[in-house]
Amino acid sequence: MSSTDISMTRDVHHVHEEHDEHHHDQNFFEKYIFSLDHKVIAKQYLFMGIFWAFVGGFLSILFRLQLGWPEATFTFLEPILGGWIENGKLNPEFYLALVTMHGTIMVFFVLTAGLSGTFSNFLIPLQIGARDMASGFMNMLSFWVFFIASVIMFWSLFIETGPAAGGWTVYPPLSALPEAIQGSGDGMTMWLISMALFIVSQLLGGVNYITTVINLRTKGMSMTKIPLTIWAFLLTAVLGLLAFPVLLSAALLLIFDRSFGTSFFLSDIYIAGQALSNTGGSAILFQHLFWFLGHPEVYIVILPAMGLVSEVIATNARKPIFGYRAMIGSMVGIAVLSFVVWAHHMFVTGMNPFLGSVFMFLTLIIAVPSAVKVFNWIATIWRGNVRFTAAMLFAIGFVSLFISGGLTGIILGNSALDIQLHDTYFVVAHFHLVMGAAAFFGMFCGVYHWYPKMFGRMMDEKLGYIHFWLTFIAVYLVFMPMHYIGIAGFPRRYYNWTGFETFNIFTDLNTFISLAAIFGFVAQFIFLFNFVYSIFRGRRATENPWHSNTLEWTTPVLPGHGNWPGEIPAVYRWPYDYSKPGAAEDYIPQTVPFSQTQSSNLPNEKDFE
Amino acid sequence: MSTSTTLEAPKSGTWDGGNEPMKASYGKLMMWFFLLSDAFTFGAFLIVYGLTRHAHTPYTGEAEAFTFSTEWWPIPEKVFNAFPGFHGVDLPLAFVALMTMILIFSSVTMVLAVEAGHRMDKKDVEKWLLWTILFGATFLACQAWEWTHFIVGTDEGMLLPDGTTYHGASMAFNQYGPPLFANLFFFITGFHGFHVFIGWTLLIVAFISTVNGVYHKRGHYEMVEKIGLYWHFVDLVWVFVFTFFYLI
Ligand code: HEM
Ligand SMILES: [Cu+2]
Repeated sequence: MSSTDISMTRDVHHVHEEHDEHHHDQNFFEKYIFSLDHKVIAKQYLFMGIFWAFVGGFLSILFRLQLGWPEATFTFLEPILGGWIENGKLNPEFYLALVTMHGTIMVFFVLTAGLSGTFSNFLIPLQIGARDMASGFMNMLSFWVFFIASVIMFWSLFIETGPAAGGWTVYPPLSALPEAIQGSGDGMTMWLISMALFIVSQLLGGVNYITTVINLRTKGMSMTKIPLTIWAFLLTAVLGLLAFPVLLSAALLLIFDRSFGTSFFLSDIYIAGQALSNTGGSAILFQHLFWFLGHPEVYIVILPAMGLVSEVIATNARKPIFGYRAMIGSMVGIAVLSFVVWAHHMFVTGMNPFLGSVFMFLTLIIAVPSAVKVFNWIATIWRGNVRFTAAMLFAIGFVSLFISGGLTGIILGNSALDIQLHDTYFVVAHFHLVMGAAAFFGMFCGVYHWYPKMFGRMMDEKLGYIHFWLTFIAVYLVFMPMHYIGIAGFPRRYYNWTGFETFNIFTDLNTFISLAAIFGFVAQFIFLFNFVYSIFRGRRATENPWHSNTLEWTTPVLPGHGNWPGEIPAVYRWPYDYSKPGAAEDYIPQTVPFSQTQSSNLPNEKDFE
Repeated sequence: MSTSTTLEAPKSGTWDGGNEPMKASYGKLMMWFFLLSDAFTFGAFLIVYGLTRHAHTPYTGEAEAFTFSTEWWPIPEKVFNAFPGFHGVDLPLAFVALMTMILIFSSVTMVLAVEAGHRMDKKDVEKWLLWTILFGATFLACQAWEWTHFIVGTDEGMLLPDGTTYHGASMAFNQYGPPLFANLFFFITGFHGFHVFIGWTLLIVAFISTVNGVYHKRGHYEMVEKIGLYWHFVDLVWVFVFTFFYLI
């Protein structure tokens, strides 16, 4: 565009920087509550994410109690659950509400907002060398809209008719008709309002992340010199930007069906022998819209974790990441493919088997870029100088879980096999390993690794090890047996299975799973303690405790507003120069020019000296 | 830590950092990305429209013999054929064509406002913004009339099996065809109208700021440009809505 345009934008930045310098004495509210600083907003997301994770985890323990001990009476829960438990028996509709809220909270509030919100916000400006996000104000707005969405969702847990209960996928007609189930009353309305706000918050955050990565990289930080974390966050934001609006559409249409008498998703419904007036709509249509978001959503959850893990593995294996460009390529491949596989969630909705085979083909192709990433991680660790920090353990755990869960994905992706496996515990096991647990491991890996930059102190490594091993073991103990009962046909989302003679042989296994789940949940309190305690009493961190190459470690121990006290450093090399032959140390930060590392420069780098 | 004396500069290509690769400020980029995602929202609605319509029986008989029935999807020309002041005259699609024209004109005046902004011509910006606001308001007024007419219905109405006639439209029933015809009409044109209304409000804010010289002091009219992007997008969406509802 014209030259006026350039001077104009420069001007905007100028104003921005001035603004940074003038704000040194902010009051408490500006600094910690309505802060525009990306680091504070990241921490706000992190705290919210941790809070939600414990809520979501607690709900799962409640329904695991029911599944593990179907005959038992839980009178001891009466003080907390009130009317939801009658004579020690969990109300069946409440059971459904529990699974629904567990899923919603974990997928959206923890693994989307908590994970991307924390690390995209924290790492994007720090790792690309920017003073802050492109628009600090929109960033703050994004958090507060998320906060309001959270309040509404949390509140819905306590209303009399209970929260939404139609599953995290909220399929109509169940979710559309308050007559169908209590949870489809006010609880569902609140669910929809909360999710609509949540989507707005994601979009506000997303445009900011993308714009920041495109426009605010420091000098020399080309797209092939940014750390893989940034590529992951960028692609995640793009996925969110394109997928969430479609969920918004579906949610708006559902709101109209519920509250304004339209029939978009409703047709030919009888309630207690009484026909409803709605005709012509299609419930399957909702599923298409939902999964057009839903499948990209699972990658919105896993991509940031992949980025964090790549970074941590390279740093702690003291080796360059294996196949940097292949890693980017496979992430782009995954991102593109994730938009054309959604119907693998709908193989048994009566879709044309030919269409099913097309989606099966596309689905199985995703295994290729996924495998590329797995092999690259393994190749990076291979013969590395591995330092088993807590973060590294979680990164390796991530790879393990991703492989185990990915393999069952390939099984599910076969439309014929899915007839047997759909809506069984096999699916539950699949996505909890590959998405639930793996993304949580990615998040833990990120927290342990970047904690020193966030809080200026170190987390306790010993407690980190204990936390890792207990969690790792618990996850496999919980989800491995689920595959087994799933293959046997054990259906998901059933309150009670003791009526089915066939499934009674799994009673012990179910009890075992529940015990392991409780064990795993309790282990998380070690993390919570470590996290909170270290904020106040942890060992003080140095500027670059992991001897890492990326830009965030060139900032002061606790970076202030604007991140770098002086000028923003320029960048000369990619972020993975670890253990370079001939170099003085086993890492060369991105800010070191090639002229200073003549002994280690490769032939093709000699030109840059 | 530097011992070297070479004053080395990092690379400085388009994508090498330290600049704005698409020569667009962050504000404009954000608007572009927002519009991209909004396009997906509308896209989803239009797909819902297409699939729903596909699932309904089309009318196959002669156009002259067409009558309203819940059995088939109506022919648009037979539904949208009224014009204010011409009661009972059959003017297929005339009014909506006028609405479309008005919106397109508003896009033209918007372009002129943006262009005037580049020239830092405050008076011209004001003038063209005002025209855009005027056209926008006219469009919204037309839509209000169109909706009212749709809701009230025609004199003939639809003859029901029990001998009574039904006039106009509600979410549950309408005189033109299956319930979903009206549902989709209200939802999609309503959602578009809501977008126009938002844009119109933004334009008024921009107009007031221009008059107060806010942008002139700032040294650029980028805000007008960003609102312009949004306004063109909303027009473009209308073209699609128009095609789906009125032409096909
Ligand atoms: C090798 C790649 C993968 C393949 C072929 C695959 C395939 C599938 C299929 C076919 C289903 C539907 C099963 C059914 O409902 O009957 C499914 C469910 C699911 N997958 Fe995957 N998957 C893969 C990787 C992933 C990844 C990486 C994630 C998340 C990060 C993920 C998350 C999920 C979730 C959340 C569900 C269940 C949703 C629900 O019904 O509640 N999958 N997968
Ligand atoms: Cu999927």
